[in-house]
Amino acid sequence: MSATTQSPAGKQPGTGKGTGHASSDGRTVTPANATELVSWKTGIGLGLLAVLGTVLFGFLANTKSAGFRIAEARDPNASSAAAWVTLAVALAAVTYLGYRWISQRRKGRAVDRWIPAATIAAAVVLGLAALGVAGVEKITVPSMALGWIAAIVLLAAAGYSCFLTLQGRRTPGWVGGLFAVVFLVGFMIWIVAGGRDPEPSISLGGLMAGAVTLAVPLVFGSLSGVLCERAGVVNIAIEGQLLLGAFSAAVVATVSGNVYVGLISAAVAGALVSLVLALVSIKYLVNQIIVGVVLNVLISGLTSFLFSTLLTENPEQLNKPGRLQAIDIPFLADIPIIGPILFRQSLVGYLMYVAVIVIYVGLFHTKWGLRVRAVGEHPQAADTVGINVNRTRFVNVLMGGAIAGIGGSFFTLVSVDAFSKDMSGGRGYIALAAMIFGRWNPIGAFLASLLFGFADNLQSTITIIGSPVPSQFMAMLPYALTVIAVAGLVGRSRPPAADGIPYVKG
Amino acid sequence: MKLELKGITKRFGSLVANDHIDLVVEPGQVHCLLGENGAGKSTLMNVLYGLYDPTEGEILVDGKPVVFKDPGEAMAAGIGMVHQHFMLIPVFSVAENVALGNETTKAAGLLNLGATREKIRRISDQYGFDVDPDAMVEDLPVGVQQRVEIIKALVRDAEVLILDEPTAVLTPQETDELLEIIRQLKRDGKSIVFISHKLREVKAISDTITVIRRGKVVGQADPTASPTELASAMVGRTVSLSLDKAPARAGEVTFKVRNLTVTDHNGQHVVDDLSFDIAKGEVLAIAGVQGNGQTELTEAILGVQPHVAGSITLDGKELLGKSVKHVLGAGVGFVPEDRTLDGLVGTFTISENMILDLYDKAPFARGVGMKSGVIAENAARKVEEFDVRTPSVSAAVGTLSGGNQQKVVLARELSRPLRLFIASQPTRGLDVGSIEFVHKRVIAERDHGTPVMIVSTELDEVMQLADRIAVLYRGRLVGIVPATTSRDMLGLMMAGVPAAEAEAGASAHADSGTTAAAVAETAGHEGETHV
Amino acid sequence: MSEKTTPGPQAPGSNDAAEPAEMQVPGGVTSEAVASDVVLDTAGGQMPPSAVPAATQRRSRDRDGGGSVLHEIFTGNVMVSVLSVLLAIVLGGILMAVTNPKVATAAGYFFAQPGDLLTEVIRPYTALVQGSIFNWAGTDLGAQLYPITETLTVSTPLICAGLGVALAFRAGLFNIGAQGQIIFGALFGAYAGFAWHLPLGLHLLVVILAGLVGGAVWGGVVGLLKARTGAHEVIVTIMLNYIANFLLLFLLTTPAFQRKGSTNPISPFLDSTALFPELLGPQFRLHAGFLAAILATVVVWWLLNRSTIGFEFRAVGANPNAARTAGINVARSTILVMAIAGALAGLAGVAQVSGTEKYLSGGVAATIGFDAITVALLGRSTPWGTFFAGLLFGAFRAGGVAMQAQTQTPIDIVLVIQSLIVLFIAAPPLVRAIFGLNPRKKKTTTSGTPGPRTGGVKSGAAV
Repeated sequence: MSATTQSPAGKQPGTGKGTGHASSDGRTVTPANATELVSWKTGIGLGLLAVLGTVLFGFLANTKSAGFRIAEARDPNASSAAAWVTLAVALAAVTYLGYRWISQRRKGRAVDRWIPAATIAAAVVLGLAALGVAGVEKITVPSMALGWIAAIVLLAAAGYSCFLTLQGRRTPGWVGGLFAVVFLVGFMIWIVAGGRDPEPSISLGGLMAGAVTLAVPLVFGSLSGVLCERAGVVNIAIEGQLLLGAFSAAVVATVSGNVYVGLISAAVAGALVSLVLALVSIKYLVNQIIVGVVLNVLISGLTSFLFSTLLTENPEQLNKPGRLQAIDIPFLADIPIIGPILFRQSLVGYLMYVAVIVIYVGLFHTKWGLRVRAVGEHPQAADTVGINVNRTRFVNVLMGGAIAGIGGSFFTLVSVDAFSKDMSGGRGYIALAAMIFGRWNPIGAFLASLLFGFADNLQSTITIIGSPVPSQFMAMLPYALTVIAVAGLVGRSRPPAADGIPYVKG
Repeated sequence: MKLELKGITKRFGSLVANDHIDLVVEPGQVHCLLGENGAGKSTLMNVLYGLYDPTEGEILVDGKPVVFKDPGEAMAAGIGMVHQHFMLIPVFSVAENVALGNETTKAAGLLNLGATREKIRRISDQYGFDVDPDAMVEDLPVGVQQRVEIIKALVRDAEVLILDEPTAVLTPQETDELLEIIRQLKRDGKSIVFISHKLREVKAISDTITVIRRGKVVGQADPTASPTELASAMVGRTVSLSLDKAPARAGEVTFKVRNLTVTDHNGQHVVDDLSFDIAKGEVLAIAGVQGNGQTELTEAILGVQPHVAGSITLDGKELLGKSVKHVLGAGVGFVPEDRTLDGLVGTFTISENMILDLYDKAPFARGVGMKSGVIAENAARKVEEFDVRTPSVSAAVGTLSGGNQQKVVLARELSRPLRLFIASQPTRGLDVGSIEFVHKRVIAERDHGTPVMIVSTELDEVMQLADRIAVLYRGRLVGIVPATTSRDMLGLMMAGVPAAEAEAGASAHADSGTTAAAVAETAGHEGETHV
Repeated sequence: MSEKTTPGPQAPGSNDAAEPAEMQVPGGVTSEAVASDVVLDTAGGQMPPSAVPAATQRRSRDRDGGGSVLHEIFTGNVMVSVLSVLLAIVLGGILMAVTNPKVATAAGYFFAQPGDLLTEVIRPYTALVQGSIFNWAGTDLGAQLYPITETLTVSTPLICAGLGVALAFRAGLFNIGAQGQIIFGALFGAYAGFAWHLPLGLHLLVVILAGLVGGAVWGGVVGLLKARTGAHEVIVTIMLNYIANFLLLFLLTTPAFQRKGSTNPISPFLDSTALFPELLGPQFRLHAGFLAAILATVVVWWLLNRSTIGFEFRAVGANPNAARTAGINVARSTILVMAIAGALAGLAGVAQVSGTEKYLSGGVAATIGFDAITVALLGRSTPWGTFFAGLLFGAFRAGGVAMQAQTQTPIDIVLVIQSLIVLFIAAPPLVRAIFGLNPRKKKTTTSGTPGPRTGGVKSGAAV
């Protein structure tokens, strides 16, 4: 699906008509000597957010302090050893990456895109490990002072962006990144300090681990979207795939008495939804968005009907699947904060990491991926070099369905151990948003899913400690974030050119 | 490799696109398929390339019958095709495009693009292509993209290379270069099938010419045959290659463009400081290779380009910064370059398309209510007047042939009093009959006293219609010259050589036989350095 | 197009329109007619197909001369619709049969008593009909006719919201956001209904107006974002549905909206002056909102087919580029159509608070917004099609409640049947294949239907 204006495929940017024709009335007359057009969108957007931040974190700041608990280790000794090892590894990583960064800059070459991000990630891990080594269990910060500092930084960043725009220069990415991080930190401090306790605090480790847990179905769902849309088929049916996966996992695992059989059946169920999607949209050329929406209604009705008739009658025989237990990877699981995230997961959780990596490498570094992307970008071109477009699409849609189905099994085999009506609760749609947010890239989709998982978990955490914001507004956050993202940020990213367009040979 | 087609017939429903076509392509031969738009040349080649299954007939390679189920099999048999619309993926690199479908892989299916790059360099060196394997295709000029297509065929060891209307997107000089490449391929023993409706090139390059008309082979022709003979064979009747028109009687200048600059979303000046006038009763043709700012120029006048500066006045009134509706209301008739995308709504009826930009004007509407009776009557009258071949005015316009679709657009745009008429690529993809019709209408509008602006990449069309010719290169005006200017000189100007130099270059070409291409090349490089 | 500097995904020959036959070629997997319709619909593979199959957008008179009337009935859209409904009902029956424990028992002695099996499947459907059209077991005429009035009542918001979705579909916009727009309409309408106290007549008008404005605002936001930033309306509308829902839940906890003395998140009752009058007396729920739905249908029909605004909407929907070149302000059309679509959904919200429910609660929109999508699709996005589809799905809803009460068949079966109907209707060749009707092929060879192919021949003749 196109996040940009439905730009007519075939009219590529560069011909001056590529994107945004709908906004053509926002004509500006620029002086002839201007070499670059810089939109005010970034500057104004940052400015508004900075004002909001100033009001919230500064003027509405609480006098209380905000506490962030770092570690709740089960075995202090093991944890400490793990922290030392992490510290060493992270230090090595930061050194190496920093060296590459600097050496690439010295040579005047463009720095590889992944290096800054990886360096920052390694630095964050390094910091966490240092906290673990130092045995810090809780950080307590004065919310008022930090709130004002955050506000000033935000205002400065917004001001800098506006200044650059006035100069006719684009705002560099790091300003946006810094802004986002400071805003997030400021927001966290503000909201935690607003808790009911005299000294409110939250567990950072719990927050992170919970975020990843909530993100698991989103990641699988968004990967399903990536697989389908990269091949040129819009997949709105992620919601249905998740739901039928959850249902099938519960029932089959109960009947067979084996959760692994349930897991496989979830994949099959997801693929089944995809089969209908593929058949109707690829073979019968029906609009893919329509098929997706209708399939979601169908699956919702079907699972609810079967739940009401069969599952509620015999819960013992049909809806008691048991759970996939979390598997600790010895030693690694004890690393503070990242240990539980990476190394204390259920089978589905580990599969998630594998799936992200495999699909990323597959799409961008293999023959299969090259062909899939070709089919999604320019099916006629793929056809003329002997690639069967519709078969490729069919296979990809089926694979996507299977992936989403596995994600669905997370609901009934990991998080809750029984199926209930409409238990996917719209996460398929969030997954779709995560895919667009992640720019049709498996890694991007993964990170976007984590962000949504984080927002979701933050909401429940905040509800527990009490917050200055009504819970309904916190619940709105992921959705509002998505609207802002599609309207503001993602407008620039380009979906696969043939996304949503059926291929008629000839 | 010897390639034979025997009795190939291809039917689409009741339409016979190819009717028992026989064709023999000898090794090391350039075989031209000559026929006008819609004659069935492309269909025939798509059958040969495995894109369509023939209804009847067989294909023989070196005397043995073969069946190609898909293009992959055709390629495996040594047939390569360069499509009229390039089959390249814009967001892929050259190497990725060449590798696609013919990938070299390492363990576990991982791509080995290094091997492909090596192959590209080898072929590129052999034929002097100068193609960077790591460049993004969307950043490459059209001429280079075409070479990528040829490389795609060559890495697959194609013995027969089909080129479908390969010169449509090239400057005359680039065309010369392409013809040279074809000769080189021929020397290497490759067979070339060259599909075209342009007589000049066909005569220049071919060893054998097969003429196709309405899906049938109407005969073989010799490259030495005169253009008039070839044209008559192609169209099936005598055609005059020139357009009869009276000399222009230019009146006062009513349309003025001053310092027009259009900036695209990347900040590039796609139209750069353009100034020109058009007087009443004259045709100004905008010549240039596709993608040199013509689209943006016409769209800037119409008012759909977002970032424009300068001034455009019609009858003394400023049009720049006004809405499309206002511009059309000021009396501008506009025929867009792509009628299916910009000119017509395919699922709408002919009646509705006839009033697409008049739907809210009297007599078709009163207030917000529309008058279906008046609309249908109008359509019936226009269909009659413009000879649109359709069973009914309530047929969807998308079901019409290209020529009839264009007539609908013309009928609409010429049906109101005009102060300026702009037509982009007015005859693209049309058959000769429709082309003649369109040209007559354009000249009639001129003789009616309307300033006319024609944008065309077809040099023949430009020279036929124009009273004056403005040449665009990279968004800049190279010069405005009289319609009597020589082809060579126009060709050089289209490559960015200023009029004075071009004149010298062209006469040098005529005198000593120096290739115009060489001059154009140096000029092109100069152009690159200062852009 | 053909000579852009970058190759785009386009059908070979898509520009070469003199050879239209080349782009009408079927992919071998599907019938020629569908393929050609899709090519027409997608401008030769450059745009996604519209929500409504292209063939059905054409006026019926296009098909004049395309075979006898009888032929048309049996192969045309009407037949496909009827067969789709039939097929969905049969499949629903099978689903009920395999899940019904009594049937499971009955199937055990199937050969002894085959009638029992059938009875168990037919019983829920009987209850459905009895609950939606005519209750022959009723004691008096009122009781007998009660079901049909109930159907009309339930249909009212479905029709209004369905019209909103259909209108947006026709303008090429996938309005998945009827749910949120209904909520906003209900929110505004209800507030005007219980917080303001105005004279009879005027009050209801104000309530309706407030509802229209509420829906228009929430829909218009989508249009605005789409037109100004290019945000895809599917994502935006889905997200705005959630946001509207949480906003409603929040407001119902605030003093301005929560009923005095109640701990539940519900609003006060609307003033009696703010309610739609009951049409058939107090024993029936049917209210004048249904008349508003009929009026809305007429207005939308006129708007789409007889007004310049509708012409703009349809042109933008079918080919935004051509619309823009013809001087239509695409951005304004996008915003306007979404605002009108939102207003129609808002009317559905008003029908809920001011007709059926009489107060505002968290469940005011139920699943009407999502059902509206299926209603619009079943109605092929034409106003009257949507009207009748709304009636049908209203009957399913009303009957489903009675069915659940009488036979314990969960009402969710209605969702299954509805979505199956829409799925079948969207893919006519599938239905034809299932029923062994494949008339199109015959048609192209025997009758001279004005079609792409004959168009091609004509062009040849023009030379």
